[in-house]
Amino acid sequence: MKFTARSLWHIPLLLLAVTMLMPLALMFTTSLGTARMALDPGESLWHIFWPRVWHWHNYADVWRGNVGLDPRHPAKVNFVRYYINSSVVAVCVTVGNVFTSACAAYAFARLRWPGRDRIFVIYLATMMVPAPVTLIPQFALMKHIPEWLHAVIPAVDWTGLRYLGTSDSAPALGRLVGLDSYFALIAPALVSAYGTFLLRQFLLTIPRELDEAARMDGATHWQTFSRIILPLARPGLATLAIFTFMGTWSNLLWPVVVTNLEALFTLPLGMQEFQSQGGTEWHLMMGASLLMILPVVVIFIAGQRHFIRGLTMGAVKG
Amino acid sequence: MMKPRAKLGDLRPALAFLTPNLFGFLLFTAGPVLFSIYLSFTSWDALRPPHWIGLGNYVRLLGFEDTPQGWRASDPDFWRYLGNTFFLLLTLPLNIAGSLMLALVLNQRLRFQAFYRLMYFLPSILYGVAIFFLWKYMFEPNYGLFNAILGRMGVAPLRWLEDPHLAKPALIFMMLWLTVGGAGMIIYLAALQTVPEELHEAARIDGANRWQQFWNVTWPALRPATFFIFTMGLIANLQWSFDVAYIMTDGGPFGSTTTLAFYLYLKAYRFFEMGYASAIAWILFFITLALTLVQWRRSGESTL
Repeated sequence: MKFTARSLWHIPLLLLAVTMLMPLALMFTTSLGTARMALDPGESLWHIFWPRVWHWHNYADVWRGNVGLDPRHPAKVNFVRYYINSSVVAVCVTVGNVFTSACAAYAFARLRWPGRDRIFVIYLATMMVPAPVTLIPQFALMKHIPEWLHAVIPAVDWTGLRYLGTSDSAPALGRLVGLDSYFALIAPALVSAYGTFLLRQFLLTIPRELDEAARMDGATHWQTFSRIILPLARPGLATLAIFTFMGTWSNLLWPVVVTNLEALFTLPLGMQEFQSQGGTEWHLMMGASLLMILPVVVIFIAGQRHFIRGLTMGAVKG
Repeated sequence: MMKPRAKLGDLRPALAFLTPNLFGFLLFTAGPVLFSIYLSFTSWDALRPPHWIGLGNYVRLLGFEDTPQGWRASDPDFWRYLGNTFFLLLTLPLNIAGSLMLALVLNQRLRFQAFYRLMYFLPSILYGVAIFFLWKYMFEPNYGLFNAILGRMGVAPLRWLEDPHLAKPALIFMMLWLTVGGAGMIIYLAALQTVPEELHEAARIDGANRWQQFWNVTWPALRPATFFIFTMGLIANLQWSFDVAYIMTDGGPFGSTTTLAFYLYLKAYRFFEMGYASAIAWILFFITLALTLVQWRRSGESTL
């Protein structure tokens, strides 16, 4: 290897890389320490990043939700439940959003019909509208949906709390629709103008001859879509899936607004339960944080290529 | 005369493919946008039906009153939080400068380029509550990492998030860590590949130094990328200013980290002034729109 002036760049670059990783290292080492160590102002810098004892069982405490500095008043955090809720919501939203976006993208990119471009422009226009604008009407909608449904189908109990099973300790599943329901957490994210736009752009890059040939051979639109277009659009679908999953996983504002029921908390909401009146147990909080970002890291590493293409697709021509 | 079949084209299959999406779009996006316009002209506590007050909310937000002490804003909080919003928007130019610098350095043919790129990029994908709690812990005045390091250097502990003068810069610093190696850097790296080498060549022959080359060749060529990063960052900024206020500061100390996005949330869900909050949302929209248009003009209007 030849030494050049350019090699000197490695010094600041490496320093920066270490700086960027330091907070994440702190998250990891704090999660293995004890409550006392996390709150000790006199702890040496070395031991902040290299705990004296590695308490791996902290993760068992996080998972079971054994929280509470004061042993006389043990608190219980339903971490597993939040984890399941977040997973259910993120997976449903991702699958649903990719499906509705792909179908609509096919209609916008492959079919000719009157009004197509006008409707697409409306989709584009709403992408400029920031989420706070639609927040309150969406909340109002969720609040009133049970009444409207009741007016149409009075036989169903739209507002009662549902449980998984009939025993006294059966976990709550929230309401059927409206506030405090999985429906509220999932439904509004099943369709997005952004996803429709992204996949339309992607479908436009697939040569038309392929699906025209299929149509000539007598394939229906559905067959063309599911057998020709979808397999070819797989990289685009993966890109949208990754973005949607990550966005839903970290979404705080919407769950804050539509859920008061602890059983329906997603991770961003539930994490706050690790804060308590007596002071936060930072070692458990950091363990929970690490478990929360783990799926994101795994998905990013698995789909790095798609992720980066998604970022650069809109910004760089060609 | 055209056959009706030809006029309608693929309308029937198009409707079949579009219906689920269009239904959700009308119900959860287009409908709410229209309803939000209506709500911003009403007074609504989410219990009784909305009550039409015309421009009342906007007058209360933007208006001034003649008091014995002189002219006073009818909602002084709004103007303060507007200031906070713009202060935190400083993250954007800092982020653009930082990510461009990183991209320029990494764009030289360096060894381990992929490693550095990954390390710088990692924080940005982790955006979320977990990271905000981590930084809340690091900012803790008594046992947080920053004061531990400063303490070893003989600096008295700073009350990062509890000092009205420090809280905003501290949050901007956190956000730079989170985003400086993120989407912006990746987009700039990709965009730098598209700058034609001949242009640099020509500038060199004309005797331009490296700084002049950058300013006259590279920077103009990157305009579309800059515009894209700016617009994306603007919308993302609204979201993080809410998340951060909710998790880390509760908008404090003394409202110094309350932005319009968080003010909207407070008005709507702690004071149940939903109409007023809707008006705030539309003002946020117009700010976003205005900044985007200004940036679009500056980037030469040819970028889209």
